[in-house]
Amino acid sequence: MGPRIGVYVCHCGVNIAATVDVERVARLAQGLPSVAVARDYTYMCSDPGQALIKKDIKEFGLTKVVVASCSPRMHEPTFRGTIQEAGLNPYCLEMANIREQCSWVHREKEEATRKAMQLVAAAVGKALLLEPLEERRADVTPAALVIGGGIAGMQAALDIANAGFQVYLVEKEPHLGGHLAQLDKTFPTLEPVAPLLAEEIREVERHPNIDLLTSTEVVGVEGYIGNFKVKVTDRTTRRELKVGTIVVATGYDLFDAQLKPEYGYGVYENVITGLEFERLASSSPPTEGRIWVNGKEPQDVVFIQCVGSRDKSVGREYCSRICCMYTAKQAFLVKEMLPQARVTVLYMDVRAYGKGFEEFYDQVRGEGVIYRRGNPSEIYKKGERLVIRAEDTLLGEPLQLEADLVVLATGITPRRDSLKIANLLKLPRSPDGFFMEAHPKLRPVDTVIEGVYLAGCCQGPRDIPDTVSQAKAAAASAMIPLCQGQVKVEAVTSIIDEELCSGCGICAEMCVYDALSLHERKGVMTINKVLCKGCGACAAACPSKAIRLSHFTPAQILAQVDALV
Amino acid sequence: MEEQNLAQAYRLFECIQCGRCTGGCPMSLKTRFNIRRLIYEALVYENLDIESKKVLWDCSTCATCTLRCPKGLDPTEMVIGMRSILVEGGRIPSTIRDALKSLAIRGNPLTMAKEERADWAEGLGVKEISEGAKVLYFVGCSPSYDPRVQKVAKALVQAFKKAGVEFGILGNEEVCCGSEARRVGEIGLFEMLQELNLETWGEYPVELMVTTSPHCYNAFQNEYQGLDFKVQHYTQFVARLIDEGKLPLSKEVKRVVTYQDPCFLGKQNKIFEEPRKILRSIPGLELREFDRSRERSLCCEGGGGRMWAEGTNPEERLAHTRVREAMDLGAEVIATACPFCLLTLEDAAKTVAGEDGLQVMDIMELVAEAL
Repeated sequence: MGPRIGVYVCHCGVNIAATVDVERVARLAQGLPSVAVARDYTYMCSDPGQALIKKDIKEFGLTKVVVASCSPRMHEPTFRGTIQEAGLNPYCLEMANIREQCSWVHREKEEATRKAMQLVAAAVGKALLLEPLEERRADVTPAALVIGGGIAGMQAALDIANAGFQVYLVEKEPHLGGHLAQLDKTFPTLEPVAPLLAEEIREVERHPNIDLLTSTEVVGVEGYIGNFKVKVTDRTTRRELKVGTIVVATGYDLFDAQLKPEYGYGVYENVITGLEFERLASSSPPTEGRIWVNGKEPQDVVFIQCVGSRDKSVGREYCSRICCMYTAKQAFLVKEMLPQARVTVLYMDVRAYGKGFEEFYDQVRGEGVIYRRGNPSEIYKKGERLVIRAEDTLLGEPLQLEADLVVLATGITPRRDSLKIANLLKLPRSPDGFFMEAHPKLRPVDTVIEGVYLAGCCQGPRDIPDTVSQAKAAAASAMIPLCQGQVKVEAVTSIIDEELCSGCGICAEMCVYDALSLHERKGVMTINKVLCKGCGACAAACPSKAIRLSHFTPAQILAQVDALV
Repeated sequence: MEEQNLAQAYRLFECIQCGRCTGGCPMSLKTRFNIRRLIYEALVYENLDIESKKVLWDCSTCATCTLRCPKGLDPTEMVIGMRSILVEGGRIPSTIRDALKSLAIRGNPLTMAKEERADWAEGLGVKEISEGAKVLYFVGCSPSYDPRVQKVAKALVQAFKKAGVEFGILGNEEVCCGSEARRVGEIGLFEMLQELNLETWGEYPVELMVTTSPHCYNAFQNEYQGLDFKVQHYTQFVARLIDEGKLPLSKEVKRVVTYQDPCFLGKQNKIFEEPRKILRSIPGLELREFDRSRERSLCCEGGGGRMWAEGTNPEERLAHTRVREAMDLGAEVIATACPFCLLTLEDAAKTVAGEDGLQVMDIMELVAEAL
């Protein structure tokens, strides 16, 4: 008996059906060779939709299934699972994307319908030639690597360690704590940071499951989820760590205020950044809680928001999230330490979104801090004082505000060495330069690299509670493969025809996963099926046509092309 | 261009009204010109009465607003767009109208005769570009006709000859670059001048053009389309001559000099170092920087058609403030590299410092003293 194909055309509510005549598409499919049944349905991915497929597989003895619906990136795993439950190999599924690549991008109904019909015909052509593939599993090394010893890294490490797994915590600097260690008090509670941090650091240092490697950097990463081999060095010795999952918690850098020369940072001594203010206001030596400028207490202190954030002119379009609140905190501290000083905050919008934030903002203004709306354009000198040129946009009047001390609320930026880490792990970055999450809404701690997770500001600006939450989330995700003990390995891999292979090695040069190597004795190339991600670059590059990518063989692809033309 | 389309044409919807534009606008220091409010009004009012806004002619198109806008908008272009609406209806200040008329008829805004454009070069042995040189010296209208600025052209020619530069000028064929015409909203006239210039230049195998004025440089570099050759402002060219040792400056010029970064050279085209390099190469010259230098240089109010119209509040001039700043610095000379800065600052110096007080000179005039 030949192949028997079931074709299912999804309406996706109105997403597809409003543009594509799905019933017509199904009718066309019914007439294609080897198609035993063709249906259309409102939501193919729903329980009744899936039930329909499973029923047909049994009743019609289907051997292959084609689903014409959304992108496979959306529901390929869903439908593979469906047919598997009905007893078919999950790779006997082919999808035709008639949503993202058809109904969502075309307006003309007749043309969109015809295109959908062609896409379905191509999918059926390929389905005829699909072969079952074997899913394999590999063991997971029961250990995790956390890169970065700031609050995010420490929290993630502690959670994984407390769950009973071995954790390697690698930190570039000689000490733990990251940027948090540079802060004095945090908003909105104004708690001193030092004791909180000291406690966390002690826990990490004491933990039997945490192997703490400070002054150490990651210099090489090989392998895949469950089986990573990571090379680290402290510049005197090299070690290779074997881990199952990796949490990236490398943190952030602050915007370099010299990139906005109009503010005179680096030229005028009394223009400082928020972080420098933390130092100035800190109760530790040398200032010991005394804010002095030019040898005396400042009378007028002005804070400027959004320096290096929300600013296309310096290539940083995003909001850094923490500056409205840390400025409010710092303004409050100035009022506390210098009750006679006039404190002004020049803002564009005040973002006080978190728990206790708005109340704190009210409190800060209640203490007498003046908020004036207008982002300054430039600062110049007038004797020992500074003059800030801005406009009070609420009054509609240009402003020349004099100050003794100006504090620039510099924003959070990706670390200057983030490209290095990105390259080591093959992590993509978002347009803003931070590491990219797998899905902005639903998968904020995963990356597209399986087994690598993100925690903290390396993914985007956030404050301490959000960082801690994300670190705990990343830890939980990183523990799943460790708990399961085994991971599924990609079934779609390349296959080498040893008769045709000349061992030229071009394929190995193309492979970014280092999955290909020369078999010394046979003189042909071999594929490590566990490393292979099925991208097909080798198959395309082979001059002898000795490599085929399963599930995307030349015959299958040509069948699609034949159907389309 | 219609009033109603301003919001779309200049993407005014994207403005977050942060006020950085008005905050940095030099005119907001002395007039009621408020670019931020103008943007908002253009966005929310159905039929904005542009004609009633006399302050629209105050803008010197220094482009500080455009350069600093955090949302990447171009308020300067919006001002030019609004002016173009008024220009189409002839509703413009009479002095601007006169300058434009002169431009259209005589190729210069100073009502001078075409045939007299190259008179300044008489007796200097300056070749015409038709004789085949690779470097074209584009003189400009003010340096050609204004006696004060002619001295700059002559100094530049002196330096070129000392350095053995093979150059030529267009002579009476030279026509205004059109920069200020565009900036007062006369887009059509600008396009006509552009076409004329490109046609003229096309006849000569020029490889490099050097201009006296940053305004000409800016127009050719950033606004003209279809140039076959490179363009430089003279400070870039002369700085390189000095680097290559072709222009030895041996005579001492013992003066305390400060430098005015022209808006069209400095903040708009980021040419900050070359002028300073030239000044520092002059023996005996002490260079003292304005506090408001480089990106924060104070506009002289010469651009954007302001050489043809006083604007509102003529009593206070930014040039006067600048002269006072120079005097506070203890400077004897304000050096500059733009004919408009030269003229406005010198005017201010005579008023504030008197005839024997602070001097205003072009960089090339100081170079000529050192040759």
